[in-house]
Amino acid sequence: MDFLTIIQVLDSTIRLSTPLLLACLAGLFSERAGIFDIGLEGKMLAAAFFSAAIAAVTGSVWLGLLAGTVASLVLSGLHGLASITFRGNQLISGVAINFLAAGMTVLVAQDWFQQGGRTPSLIGGGRFSPLTLPFAEALRDVPLLGPIYYELISGHSILVYVAFLCVPATWWILYRTRFGLRLRAVGENPAAVDTAGVSVVGMRYAAVAICGLLCGIAGAYLATALQAGFVKDMTAGRGYIALAALIFAKWRPWQSMGACLLFGLLQAVALRYQNIQLGDFVIPVQVMDALPYILTVVILAGFVGKAIPPRAGGEPYVKER
Amino acid sequence: MDVMPKWAEVILVPLISLVLAAILSAVVILGIGEDPIAAVEIMVNGALGSTYGWGYTLYYATNFIFTGLAVAVAFHARMFNIGGEGQGMLGGLGVALVCLYVPWPHWTIALVAACAGAALFGAAWAAIPAYLQAKRGSHIVITTIMFNFIAAAVLNYVLVNLMRPAGSMDPATERFPAAVHLPTLHELLLPLGINFSKSAPANVTLLVAVLACVAVWALIWRTRLGFGLRAYGHSETGALYAGISPVRIIMISMLISGGLAGLMAVNSTMGEAERLVLNATEGAGFIGIAVALMGRSHPFGVFLAAILFGFLYQGGAELALWTKIPRELIVVIQALVILFTGALDNMVRMPLERLFLRMRKG
Repeated sequence: MDFLTIIQVLDSTIRLSTPLLLACLAGLFSERAGIFDIGLEGKMLAAAFFSAAIAAVTGSVWLGLLAGTVASLVLSGLHGLASITFRGNQLISGVAINFLAAGMTVLVAQDWFQQGGRTPSLIGGGRFSPLTLPFAEALRDVPLLGPIYYELISGHSILVYVAFLCVPATWWILYRTRFGLRLRAVGENPAAVDTAGVSVVGMRYAAVAICGLLCGIAGAYLATALQAGFVKDMTAGRGYIALAALIFAKWRPWQSMGACLLFGLLQAVALRYQNIQLGDFVIPVQVMDALPYILTVVILAGFVGKAIPPRAGGEPYVKER
Repeated sequence: MDVMPKWAEVILVPLISLVLAAILSAVVILGIGEDPIAAVEIMVNGALGSTYGWGYTLYYATNFIFTGLAVAVAFHARMFNIGGEGQGMLGGLGVALVCLYVPWPHWTIALVAACAGAALFGAAWAAIPAYLQAKRGSHIVITTIMFNFIAAAVLNYVLVNLMRPAGSMDPATERFPAAVHLPTLHELLLPLGINFSKSAPANVTLLVAVLACVAVWALIWRTRLGFGLRAYGHSETGALYAGISPVRIIMISMLISGGLAGLMAVNSTMGEAERLVLNATEGAGFIGIAVALMGRSHPFGVFLAAILFGFLYQGGAELALWTKIPRELIVVIQALVILFTGALDNMVRMPLERLFLRMRKG
């Protein structure tokens, strides 16, 4: 494996990590506020479809991004209604949202475009184009650092940079603002937050809305940047991998980035190599596919440091009367 | 304490949820420019209008009875087994091993052995998440989701690398021997003078599913273990105080649940495909969630809900055949049923409770 191949695999790692990272941070906001969300997958899928559909119709990827985000926010609102207002089971609500998105996207896609549940391929302004960072061309021929800068850091779509900037932003919001303190408190001890005169319901809706926003960007990235258009079930379990990364990172922002990069690397390697030959021993591609899930189970089992979820997670808050 | 009479709890609430889901489904059909009433007619004709339609409806229903019971048993111990899909896949592996590598003299013995194999593999796949929940406190929902994906990878590996016959491109096992062919409803009903459709896949496993309903009912409401299960589901501390071991309850309920989910493979793999294919479960594990929620976790309710979903599945296939409505409509209906009977349960329940309170006072 030469230097250029490594760069290419890492480059593909960054592109594949981006949707995972956005969805993972989305889940982080929601779960830190005590709302379990296994509907990340569905929200991403809905956003992917609506962003691709609107981008295909209008030719503007930004309108697509907006539409995708709105679709994701609507599903978030539904999740909030079920799990905050009506104090239903958050897990069941998440399952319902995943199926709703899986069914509705194909139904609407078939109705609008008649192409077997996909959108037309996006061209020109309908897609996010790669950005070339300053001096990338000029520095290209510098040994070692040149290719790293040109291939690895420069040349991604703007959403990739947004996703990675979201990591410090999330850290800052969670740990350095009053909003973040309250958000974390609502997930640990909602009664205390309520006693302090802060609306638990309001905080949780805010968290769920941020989750919807980030899932919307993640979905739009999938359909308008990573690929050119929507195909049926295109999220392909990424929402669940993001959930796995969130647990792997023990609900912390920087660690989330690490986990998403790791899982992205696994996807990139599986995509490029299929079966990996290590001397006489062959690692089948299925092992690479299953590895994120296996790692998560191991982490959850507490054999490598225990993953403890926010204490009030999954519990609807009932104000005392 | 109970605000509502039992009949309202058991019949009215699910019925209203179902009507709401149906209304929204009709709105969806209208939204894509089709006629909901015509759609229902096609579905009823296609799924219930002939013995062929019934054969498919009952075939799907058999799958959903097993996966619905699996979710229901776990619900009674207040656990959410979302891993029916993976357990069903592994159940299929169990069935395939039993059918392919043992020369069975007659299908009756093979059926018993296949049931044992399917239940064993399904239960084994549920055992690890159950153990992690019981001993290490890992959330069962997350671990069972992860195990669904791991199961898909395992099955993929086994079919592509180990069990695929030489020279075949198709990731599937070879056909099971003729001796393990399960009689279809056509073959079962012919001696009684009923000419049931020959090509429909419903088979003798339907009877096994009905037996499983009765067995689960007896287990939950007529045994000590069932009592412990329900007690644990109502109050963990209460059960602990009564000397019921949570570890034991979690393990046993999840093993039963996984075993039931595995049993669906007897119907789909041995009864219909007669070989193990990739994705043999076709989402039945997830439909079990909707079925259990709608059936209020009672075996009889699960039976009725499974028939309803069998009807929706077969009717939806007919719709896709005759109209421009894609099959995914069923996924939407399934989502709406889960949403209204599961997550938005209180939305229906709260106004009803207020109504009954007012009636009692007035």
